[in-house]
Amino acid sequence: MTNRNHRKFEEVCRILEKNGNDPARLIPVLQQVQEVYRYLPEEIMSFVATSLNISPAKVFGVATFFSHFTLKPKGKYIIRVCDGTACHVKTSTGILDALYKKLSLSEKINTTPDMLFTIETVSCLGACGLAPAVVINERVYGQMTPEKTSEVLDGIIKTEEKQKEAVNA
Amino acid sequence: MKTANTLTIDGLKITIEGEKNLLEVIRKAHIDIPTFCYHSELSIYGACRLCMVDVSGRGVVPSCSTPPEAGMEIQTSTGQIRSLRKMIIELLLANHEQSCTTCQKNTSCKLQELANRFGVTKVRFKKAAAARPLDNSSPSITRDPNKCILCGDCVRMCREEQSVGAIDFAFRGSNVTVAPSFGKGLSEVECVNCGQCARVCPTGALTPKSDVAETWKALEDKSKYVIVQIAPAVRVAIGEHFGLEPGTIATGQAVAALKRLGFKKVFDTSFTADLTIMEEGTEFLKRLEKKEKLPIFTSCCPGWVKFAEQYYPELNDNLSSCRSPQQMFGSLAKELLPEKYGIKKEDLVIVSVMPCTAKKYEAAQEKFAVNGIKDIDIVLTTQEFARMIEEAGLQFNSLTPESFDLPFGFKTGAGIIFGNSGGVSEAVLRFVNEKVCGKKNTGNYDFLQVRGLEGIKETSISTPAGTLKLAVASGLKNARTLVESMKRKEVHYDIVEIMACPGGCIGGAGQPVYYKPEVKEKRAKGLYDNDKMLELHSSQDNPYIKELYKDNFGEAGSRKAHRFLHTHYASCKRTHSGEISILKGNSVNKLEVTVCFGTSCFLKGSQSILKGLVDHIKLSGLEDKVEVKATFCFEKCNSGPNARIGRKLLEKCTIGLAVETLMDEIKILKECASV
Ligand code: SF4
Ligand code: SF4
Ligand code: FES
Ligand code: FES
Repeated sequence: MTNRNHRKFEEVCRILEKNGNDPARLIPVLQQVQEVYRYLPEEIMSFVATSLNISPAKVFGVATFFSHFTLKPKGKYIIRVCDGTACHVKTSTGILDALYKKLSLSEKINTTPDMLFTIETVSCLGACGLAPAVVINERVYGQMTPEKTSEVLDGIIKTEEKQKEAVNA
Repeated sequence: MKTANTLTIDGLKITIEGEKNLLEVIRKAHIDIPTFCYHSELSIYGACRLCMVDVSGRGVVPSCSTPPEAGMEIQTSTGQIRSLRKMIIELLLANHEQSCTTCQKNTSCKLQELANRFGVTKVRFKKAAAARPLDNSSPSITRDPNKCILCGDCVRMCREEQSVGAIDFAFRGSNVTVAPSFGKGLSEVECVNCGQCARVCPTGALTPKSDVAETWKALEDKSKYVIVQIAPAVRVAIGEHFGLEPGTIATGQAVAALKRLGFKKVFDTSFTADLTIMEEGTEFLKRLEKKEKLPIFTSCCPGWVKFAEQYYPELNDNLSSCRSPQQMFGSLAKELLPEKYGIKKEDLVIVSVMPCTAKKYEAAQEKFAVNGIKDIDIVLTTQEFARMIEEAGLQFNSLTPESFDLPFGFKTGAGIIFGNSGGVSEAVLRFVNEKVCGKKNTGNYDFLQVRGLEGIKETSISTPAGTLKLAVASGLKNARTLVESMKRKEVHYDIVEIMACPGGCIGGAGQPVYYKPEVKEKRAKGLYDNDKMLELHSSQDNPYIKELYKDNFGEAGSRKAHRFLHTHYASCKRTHSGEISILKGNSVNKLEVTVCFGTSCFLKGSQSILKGLVDHIKLSGLEDKVEVKATFCFEKCNSGPNARIGRKLLEKCTIGLAVETLMDEIKILKECASV
């Protein structure tokens, strides 16, 4: 725990160095920084602005322009529930409600306090054939029901707990 | 006959004379093409599409970004173009908060003007964007994103002309907005309050903050004694609001209007401008004699002062320690007038009428208050003054001119030309030249080399004390260019004058809205003409200034003068961002270590100090006992790189010093814990 912040910060310094502190490389820098933190913290963006010698407003502008960047911390597992037409017709809302309930989340507060899960809705994942579809990180789950989704989550939670025990032991 | 460089505009033959775009050529033909995103001083953005014209063989093109070519045949107002323009305005209006009657920009708004011009009477589209909160965090500028049409003029102004970049486009799609970084208010970022963004904003999205209501309230309060000072640049611009030519000297009407509005006394900031010259000139001569803190930088522009405090903390000692004329007036008046008028100090209210939005910020600074009583209570811009005249129903042009009150209403021409870029330098030269030559300036008191609207001017004059080199910059981009070349030691000066607004105060953002470039020239000429009309031209000849020194301060630069007329500078952080946590430190009794990662310290190597510290902490197994953070600017940039270890602030820090202090502090911490 103690070392994690430092490791991340050193990583950012390395990223900046690797990109030669070149203002023209702002986008790749932000992309790599986001890989480290899984989002773009404000202080780190200020630091990036300082190092690249550009105004913080410019960095903020770029970070908010691309939907790929996120300024709020997200969980380790990002659950994307499709709400495109095909999935909607096949009652994806039921899955969403069940997820919110299971993780005590809502549209406004969509990340669990332990930073494990974030729930997002997307309009069409391009997997309409599998409707209703849910994507967790990179993996696509098709023809889901509230029950099946819940089982997948339980599986993840179990693996996580095991990992934790292994670390502590 | 077709010559090599003519083209036809609506059937008229026009010669191309080096114009970069069609728009300039068309304007030369006296056709007013509507634009939102074109300003001759800024780069071309080409976003608003209002400037479209028809070029035969090519169809409809934006004239602002199309280079003129010989033989082009151009139509500027076909049915298709008119209906396109109308549609653009309608679309913009659809998303624009329509509270025109209560808007600051009412009657000077370009969107409103063009809607009238193209007969947009109703809007067929529905509003798409949700309402956004108003930003009134800044003492100088109010930002209403709901009125923004995304022309980008402000963004380019702030970045290109001022080299600040405090605002930029953010978000995407229908959420696009122009905003300071990280959703902060303008007062929490590097904005220097110059207001140039508001000057070019075609709508009411960026406006000088209004303090009119507060002024009326003070004027109506029977227990208050309200007086006013008016800056030089106001008198040559206020008339524009009432249809007079730019540059018309309307001093008498302005004074009359202020009296009719209810101000008990009307004084002239030019008087304290004269006083500034006495103090600053003396300060310069002292520095010259001792060969220290040169060049001297002028300090009368609060936009420049904040800029210097943010970006060039190493210049703090070079800035003249003189307060600006506005603040000298406040300090003087609050000290001397209550007794003179037999009133309590807290009942004296001082209002300034200024061409400037940054003066609002300046007056609000804590260092310009004594025991909680501000030296200047309210700052109004020229625009706000004009609005008050209108509200009161005064017919400005037919007011019988009146004169200023004494003693702070008498000035020399030197105090008048302060409003122009180069004016302060010229006024200083009129003082310094006489002092070092030891004889009166007779006849010729003009130093024409420092006049004119160029961004950077330089000159040198030879005196018995050697050759003096001067530089004058207006617009902060120019200031940056100048300071950078001084830092690289490419140039060297003795006196440097800087104004944040292009052209100086006459081009201030509080002045009446204008779109034509020649307006500034005319205002500048107005001030130089005014100088000629006056009896005296050098500050040191002002009899009331002499009297002031005799009765109050002794001589220029005296101890007492310093107390009332001078100030100090501190470096100031650019943005208010949080800290970066590096090591958490788990024990309850942990040592706190903060390393500055502000730009100035960063450049001086704070990153390697942090690395050295952390490496050492890890090697000595102290990870639990120390919490390490990186933060943005301690506001002590001058002595950086800075770090704070426990209670100790380490200036000019090195890895060695940091490690040594760390170990000492850890030891103390341990001892405390064991008792
Ligand atoms: S007031 Fe000046 S510094 Fe501030 S945002 Fe506007 S242009 Fe930039
Ligand atoms: S705030 Fe004004 S100048 Fe800036 S983009 Fe919006 S409308 Fe244009
Ligand atoms: S003025 Fe040409 S596109 Fe805006
Ligand atoms: S950058 Fe301002 S104190 Fe370090």
